[in-house]
Amino acid sequence: MVEALGSTQEGNLIINVGPQHPATHGVLHLVITLNGETIVHVEPHLGYIHRSIEKMCESLTYRQFIYVTSRMDYLSSHINNHACALTVEKGMQIEVPARAQVIRILMDELTRIASHELWWGAMAMDLGAFTPFFHAFRERESINDIMEETCGARLTMNYIVPGGVMQDIHPNFQNRVKAFLKMYKSKIHEYDEMVTGNIIFQNRMKNIGVLSAEDAISYGCTGPTARGSGVSSDIRKIYPYEIYNQLDFDEVLEHGGDSFSRYMVRIREMQESIKIIEQLIDHIPEGDFQAKTKAVLKLPKGEFYTRVETARGELGVYIVSEGGTTPYRIKFRSPGFSNLSVLNHIARGSKLGDLVAMMGTLDLVIPDIDR
Amino acid sequence: MLNEELKAAIADLLPEAVLIDGGEWVNVKVDASEWLAFAKQLRLEPALNFNFLFCLTCIDWKTHLTMVYHLSSTQYRHNMVVKVDLDANKPEVESVSSIWRTAEFHEREVYELFGVNFLNHPDLRLLILPDGWEGKNPLRKDFEDPINMIKL
Repeated sequence: MVEALGSTQEGNLIINVGPQHPATHGVLHLVITLNGETIVHVEPHLGYIHRSIEKMCESLTYRQFIYVTSRMDYLSSHINNHACALTVEKGMQIEVPARAQVIRILMDELTRIASHELWWGAMAMDLGAFTPFFHAFRERESINDIMEETCGARLTMNYIVPGGVMQDIHPNFQNRVKAFLKMYKSKIHEYDEMVTGNIIFQNRMKNIGVLSAEDAISYGCTGPTARGSGVSSDIRKIYPYEIYNQLDFDEVLEHGGDSFSRYMVRIREMQESIKIIEQLIDHIPEGDFQAKTKAVLKLPKGEFYTRVETARGELGVYIVSEGGTTPYRIKFRSPGFSNLSVLNHIARGSKLGDLVAMMGTLDLVIPDIDR
Repeated sequence: MLNEELKAAIADLLPEAVLIDGGEWVNVKVDASEWLAFAKQLRLEPALNFNFLFCLTCIDWKTHLTMVYHLSSTQYRHNMVVKVDLDANKPEVESVSSIWRTAEFHEREVYELFGVNFLNHPDLRLLILPDGWEGKNPLRKDFEDPINMIKL
């Protein structure tokens, strides 16, 4: 493993970060070649949590495979389920009731906020600030409570199914979301006061891990990682699904390309999600929460691809069907996998201490990378 | 570019390419020997500018393998799919990592899970599987693992 790195230069030091290291947020293993304190090469080693979800899905039916996908990017489980449901609906041409569409978007955006909250707390903790983590979890917990009431789970929801959603929203749902919005807005200024405006934090983030727009596209970066480099890549805007084209929200773009830009994209994205939730929460249409579908779902022979925007970027679900009840081949194009591939490119030449800031702003979720 | 215009442009670039009907995007099948030159044209032709390879994967059809490349243009927002058939016993295709950097990681994944050999890849090593992995490639249809695989 070590000799394969090609670092024959004398005086270089090779250190292993992970797979059990708090800064890698999961079982990611980085082999780093150092010259003094300067990074020469970063080599990610994956597979410590590889469950071969793609192979597993080949023997699961179109109702069953959704449950596995909650375990990919566990911070965006609603959005993963959503992508799978959309693919099956596209193949079977199922019309989803308006009520279900609105509920799905509300869930997606709440998930996005919860995911960015966790990222924000962990990001600050990576750079040595411990308190923000608790502030972030205060808000995230209230979202999880809302989810628990309606979906019955706090992390792996499995709530969005082909045809609509699993069950109707809890009678308390609207009131609790509104209470959350009120609480959230009264706290949001703390984020900037505690972290964003902090001069130590800014010095550790600005001009660190600079990624140009061309490289972001070439490396297949999506989501906030690409938008921090000014690449317009929000699937909700470019290839709208459900009723995103009827909603009023902005795609957040920053043009610095450094860690601070990626940080600002996520901070501002939370505000956009709030805007979307506010537009919908009082206007959930009456009606069915699920379309009537057959007990056994069969996709016609062919290929179906869906792209959605998760909290980390573009998730693609590619189903190749032979006309049966299970997919012949399924591929999940996970955002984390492509975003990680850029790490060596942006880290080369920086100091080891800055690697944590770069990894933090790529927002890596390891089960999403390994699948 | 609309799908119809895209089809015409592709027919101009590579008359041998076979257009496959159906699907929401333009589907093209090309020969493995022509793929690298065609990929360069797709990337560099100003009117096409396919600069974003958003998905790269492989399908095992038992008789042969099919590489599937999903391409998109961040400038024009058009998409297309390119397919390349490979021999199941000796799958080989030119790497496109010099055109789209993201292919480097994705091809390493396909290399270990399907056993496709990417020619001129800068760093073709195992990525997900443990070092020293021997035996068949896990995502091939004939892969059997009686201990760890649970079938329903």
